Amino acid sequence: MDDQRTHIISALVLHKPGVLQRVAGLFTRRGFNIESITVGTSEQEEIARMTIIAKGDGKVLEQITKQLNKIIDVIKVRDLEPENTVKRELCLIKVHSPTEKIRAEVVQYVNIFRGRVIDVSPETLTIEMTGASDKIDALIDLVKGFGIKEIARTGPTAMSRGVKTI
Amino acid sequence: MRGGEALLKSLENQGVDVVFGYPGGQLLPLYDMIYDSDLRHILVRHEQCAAHAADGYARASGKVGVCIATSGPGATNLVTGIATAYMDSSPIVAIAGQVPTGLIGNDAFQEVDTLGMTMPITKHNFQPITSKEIPEMVKSAFYIAGTGRPGPVVLDLPKDVQEQELDFENDVKINLPGYKPTRKGHPLQIKRAASLIGNAKKPVILAGGGVIISNSSEELLKLSELVGAPVTTSLLGKGSFPEDHDLSLGMLGMHGRLSANFAVDKCDCLIAVGCRFSDRTTGKISEFAKNAKIIHIDIDPAEIGKNVDVDIPIVGDAKIILSNLIRAISQNKMSSKSMEWVNRVKDFKQTCIPKMSFDNTPLKPQQVIKEIAEAVDDDTIVTTDVGQNQMWMAHYFTSRKPKTFLSSGGLGTMGFGFPAAIGAKVAMPESDVVAVAGDGGFLMVSQELATVKEYDIPVVICVLDNRYLGMVAQWQNLFYEKRLSHTHLGESPDFVKLAEAFGVAADRVERPGELREVLSSAINSGEPTLIDVTIDPDEILPMVPPGCGLTEIVGEYKTEPNNSEDVPYHEAAKERAGD
Ligand SMILES: Cc1ncc(C[n+]2csc(CCOP(=O)(O)OP(=O)(O)O)c2C)c(N)n1
Repeated sequence: MDDQRTHIISALVLHKPGVLQRVAGLFTRRGFNIESITVGTSEQEEIARMTIIAKGDGKVLEQITKQLNKIIDVIKVRDLEPENTVKRELCLIKVHSPTEKIRAEVVQYVNIFRGRVIDVSPETLTIEMTGASDKIDALIDLVKGFGIKEIARTGPTAMSRGVKTI
Repeated sequence: MRGGEALLKSLENQGVDVVFGYPGGQLLPLYDMIYDSDLRHILVRHEQCAAHAADGYARASGKVGVCIATSGPGATNLVTGIATAYMDSSPIVAIAGQVPTGLIGNDAFQEVDTLGMTMPITKHNFQPITSKEIPEMVKSAFYIAGTGRPGPVVLDLPKDVQEQELDFENDVKINLPGYKPTRKGHPLQIKRAASLIGNAKKPVILAGGGVIISNSSEELLKLSELVGAPVTTSLLGKGSFPEDHDLSLGMLGMHGRLSANFAVDKCDCLIAVGCRFSDRTTGKISEFAKNAKIIHIDIDPAEIGKNVDVDIPIVGDAKIILSNLIRAISQNKMSSKSMEWVNRVKDFKQTCIPKMSFDNTPLKPQQVIKEIAEAVDDDTIVTTDVGQNQMWMAHYFTSRKPKTFLSSGGLGTMGFGFPAAIGAKVAMPESDVVAVAGDGGFLMVSQELATVKEYDIPVVICVLDNRYLGMVAQWQNLFYEKRLSHTHLGESPDFVKLAEAFGVAADRVERPGELREVLSSAINSGEPTLIDVTIDPDEILPMVPPGCGLTEIVGEYKTEPNNSEDVPYHEAAKERAGD
């Protein structure tokens, strides 16, 4: 039995009401663990693309893909190879920053991480950061000390590198 | 044309001639249209039985069964029947009423989220928001339910949509880009399987319900005889192989025949066809067929490798794959017919021929099954309920033909047998239909006596009356220090009087030899009849305790006297099975 691994599953599904419930429900019912699931429109109007991040060994992954394929509204499922995949997540972080000094520091970190400040109030800065999930984790770690008021993360979305499509 | 009429017309286009249903507020428009249609509608007395009847109809005929119920409580009552069909891959289309589209989501009167509720127990479900969608949805629903691995499909029909006008088109195109069942097996895998079987010394075939669904009993028989492989079945596979054949081992598993359990334990090659390796069939997985290479043929790729690790997976239709496999094996001239193995199997099978003749009262269940078997012919469709009655039948009743043994396997639904028999009789009016039930399970659906009376559906119901929830009491006796917590049913009701209250003929049987006569004449009477059979509550079916390997049977097993005097059954058989 091979080791637990985090898998990036990309699925093309019909863009219809209830599809997300069908997919998410399957994970609950079969006892699979989803770390995140993102869904949005694809290059074709009637088709949406889902990115599911799930942990499990080879056997679990095989069941996940097979069970996903059984859903009538799921058109295609692929387990993306991590090394040949581009993967990005969007995160918004609202940081407590009541003083000039803190603001300057936060902005500095944001610049290093190539994030952006997208909202400012006398008490807070809101940062937008897009990137690999571990980079986002690292930025969150750095600004944690100032006091984080809110975090909103989308979970990663992904596709294969190069000309390959699913 | 209105939406409801489009639904009826679409059903007609699918060849539907009968539906089992129960009306209600949100179905008033549809029922008003049914009033003017040629559709045969059977009013059951509880929606759960509409679903079971549609399921029985489907299992007996191989066609898609249809049931209808109103929104809310009607739909929730269907759920058990839908889940039962889902677990056993039975094709039904369940039509539920729904509140008008404008009220959906408002907790309107009798509103329930039927789509959400049935998602995990259906192959797919639909809800048309405009009547225009109906023709395509109905066609898709039947296509999905009846192809690939069959299963239930729900159509949730809002009240206003039933009335909305549309231009009906007869030949709609369906578009299901995500649904493409594989039928042909992979040639290379078939080749590999052929050579594995060719080289096997001790092959065994395990046949499941998929063999029956795909109509491949003939191919199964051919393969078994070609390579000298004994055949065991799962509960749902019962009837896929003639159980009076020399190579038949009977049912495998927790309540299976010891000869089958031994053969699977000893085999070096297990050819599993159309079965899903349920825990009731395999016993402890790590002990299951541990000396064998396993070939698994199934139309559902997700079944392969789900419970049991497989050496050669073949995805596709069993009929096509078995034919190709037979061809490949014959071409290779690899007939491995290992007479040594066949003889050894025959030998330990001989040691375990169960004793069925008892002249005791109260009647022994074995004797009851024996008399049922003597009273019916090969084409009689028998249904069982769930519990000891089911397992006595599965264990002792000899099935010879596919689609003649109907039982709730996967969900184990008490109350299945009687309504399923109604559906089976409606589907196959030329066949005799006998339902076998426990007293507990029968009481869950006894109101359907009104239905068989009203529509004159001549099924015969044998209630094996032990005044206990027998199967649960058995587990309490074996595994809970005989603490019979809430499994005694008491002394009521009088089933004969109950049937008579519904105007249904009834009889009571208490002594050996009586049932054969009474059952024969009930079948010949052409009238629905209930037979109350008083049986011994203390008789315990030998079984494999949960979590044990298939050969670790507990409970006394009586053998025919000429086989092995007083040696406990499994000891003698174990010895013959050898290593
Ligand atoms: C709907 C439902 N409720 C409960 C059970 C659990 N159960 C399984 S067998 C059984 C006892 C069945 O008793 P009876 O119908 O009298 O049949 P017997 O075992 O005596 O033949 C019960 C309660 C079930 N399978 N289905």
